[in-house]
Amino acid sequence: MSTSLAVDGVVQLVDEHGHAADPAVLPPTAELLAGYRAMVLARRLNEQAGALVRQGRLAVYPSSHGQEACQVAAVSVLREDDWLFPTYRDTAAVAARGVDPVEALVLLRGDWHCGYDPTAHRVAPQATPLATQLLHAVGVGHAARLRGEDTVVMALCGDGATSEGDFHEACNFAAVFAAPVVFLVQNNKYAISVPLARQSVAPSLAAKGAGYGMPAVLVDGNDLAALSVTLSDAVRRARDGDGPTLVEADTYRVAAHTNADDPARYRTEDEVARWLPRDPLARLRTYLIAEGVLDDAREAEFAAAADEMAAHVRHGVSAEDVVDPAELFAHVYARPTAQLAEQEALLRAELTEEAAR
Amino acid sequence: MSGVTMTMAQAINTALREAMAADESVVVFGEDVGALGGVFRVTDGLAATFGEQRCFDTPLAESGIVGMAVGMAMNGMRPVVEMQFDAFAYPAFEQITSHVAKMASRTRGRVRLPMVIRIPYAGGIGGVEHHCDSSEAYYAHTPGLTVLVPATGADAHGLLRAAIHSPDPVIFLEPKKHYFTKEEVDVTAPVPPVGRAVVRRAGRDATLIAYGPSVSVALAAAEQAADEGRDLGVVDIRSIVPFDDETVAATVRATGRAVVVAEAPGFASVASEIVARVTERCFHHLEAPVRRVTGFDIPYPPPKLERHHLPGVDRVLATVDELQWDAS
Repeated sequence: MSTSLAVDGVVQLVDEHGHAADPAVLPPTAELLAGYRAMVLARRLNEQAGALVRQGRLAVYPSSHGQEACQVAAVSVLREDDWLFPTYRDTAAVAARGVDPVEALVLLRGDWHCGYDPTAHRVAPQATPLATQLLHAVGVGHAARLRGEDTVVMALCGDGATSEGDFHEACNFAAVFAAPVVFLVQNNKYAISVPLARQSVAPSLAAKGAGYGMPAVLVDGNDLAALSVTLSDAVRRARDGDGPTLVEADTYRVAAHTNADDPARYRTEDEVARWLPRDPLARLRTYLIAEGVLDDAREAEFAAAADEMAAHVRHGVSAEDVVDPAELFAHVYARPTAQLAEQEALLRAELTEEAAR
Repeated sequence: MSGVTMTMAQAINTALREAMAADESVVVFGEDVGALGGVFRVTDGLAATFGEQRCFDTPLAESGIVGMAVGMAMNGMRPVVEMQFDAFAYPAFEQITSHVAKMASRTRGRVRLPMVIRIPYAGGIGGVEHHCDSSEAYYAHTPGLTVLVPATGADAHGLLRAAIHSPDPVIFLEPKKHYFTKEEVDVTAPVPPVGRAVVRRAGRDATLIAYGPSVSVALAAAEQAADEGRDLGVVDIRSIVPFDDETVAATVRATGRAVVVAEAPGFASVASEIVARVTERCFHHLEAPVRRVTGFDIPYPPPKLERHHLPGVDRVLATVDELQWDAS
């Protein structure tokens, strides 16, 4: 089983009606079923986090609704000792990797800039500045190679990020050093309000791979099967020492950029409606039901798992887990400077006074 | 003391060699640092000695160099990267301010970045535009960065060893006008502590406070002042961050007068910060306002005009003359 690494044409294995043209090239059904379950959880996380924003318990949440196939496939193709470099929109991928979603949401709850231990699951902090994390991914991969380890790094970004200089530098560095990195561009068509046409007039974002001498694939980003096969191939190449791959996932940001955004100002409801039938969950569900591996009992089981996760998130995000403000000084340097120690003492005195009031 | 006469460039090269020999995780990379040995020859012979995996050239992209170093530091390495010139480091500014400086805080200390960014720095070499900037204020103003500025070959060697050993990211500013200044360096001397200033010359009448390329100017001014009967001390800051308030304030309290000397434009500068800190701590010991002798608030001038911009002995001594001597 292999996919062509040609840029022309979109890799698609299961179409939007849930039909597979060639079932022989699909991943094993059990794998697709597990992927479907993970997408159900990912969508539920998106919905639950959105609800928590509306309740004022999260400051903001950039949803990956509609991009769940990318979120799940990017993680399922990795080994435990591989690394994931997510962006702010990839909370569902971070959770799929095993990070407690409550810890992942600490960033958006506003307690700390990163709520999980990046070394525990080999998940870098979710990057807010666009494309900057792609270079870190190259560095992590190159360091592993220098030590003779076969670690692979999955680096995520969106279509807007491909306009940034760091995207170019990361692709070029990775190609020159044959770094074991897979760049997954989730082309969801919008950078907040700015459409893809204003980011690039290249034939595709995958077409940019040629400029770096890097294999590149354009894949249906709402087709979990196609993503899994394509990303697995890219991970295998990286692990075998054959260097990086650029994968463009053709998908769509169904939700607003964040709750603070108003998509009505820059796109029509018709446009969104045209994408809804291409939903990544619906098509795989249709396929799995037709295959006879997904029935009401299984669906109920998955829904219950999603309920449990959502309840955990609601409870965890709502808990009064107050950070000691003096911790703001604790990690700036391995050992606080004399100046920071003075400032910490000042804050502590203020806190003591405040508590006594 | 088993000193060897060497240039500052050789002293830095020696520190890199020692660190690479002592620790396999130390890697050196940047532009032209491999076969060429750096445009100032600071990395001369490292690729030959330690192999191309430990000292290598990268594509020509400073953000890429620093961003890749961040990732390598996240994954167990101690990268020491070279920015070819001060003003060529600016494309890496986002990586430095948004990631290098913040990663430890962002991750509550779980991910520290033990990396060094070496920057040939400041003027005085007749360099063309973009080759002579004094960029220390940008870095000093960014919490999370350690900012070291050696003034001597011995400190360049010792402080770089300390920088590479540090668990925190270090901006290491190398005064390029001293790269080829020869000096006796004891490479067996203990590694100096980060965050300590040093008194280069004791003096009773006033204190000159300087760092990097301005220390030699301050020492020359003190020498000339001595001929004229005035006893000036010189403090070398060495470590802008962390800043050694204790040594600086103790020295100024003893003399009651101080002038800060620095090449960078004076407005909103490190020199300004030093004046503020000294004034806050020594107010009741001061006989005169603490003064600054800095570069003008202008873009770095063309080579033929740079001597007018750089703080020189005459300008330093003229300012010392204005420290209200009649009042005491």
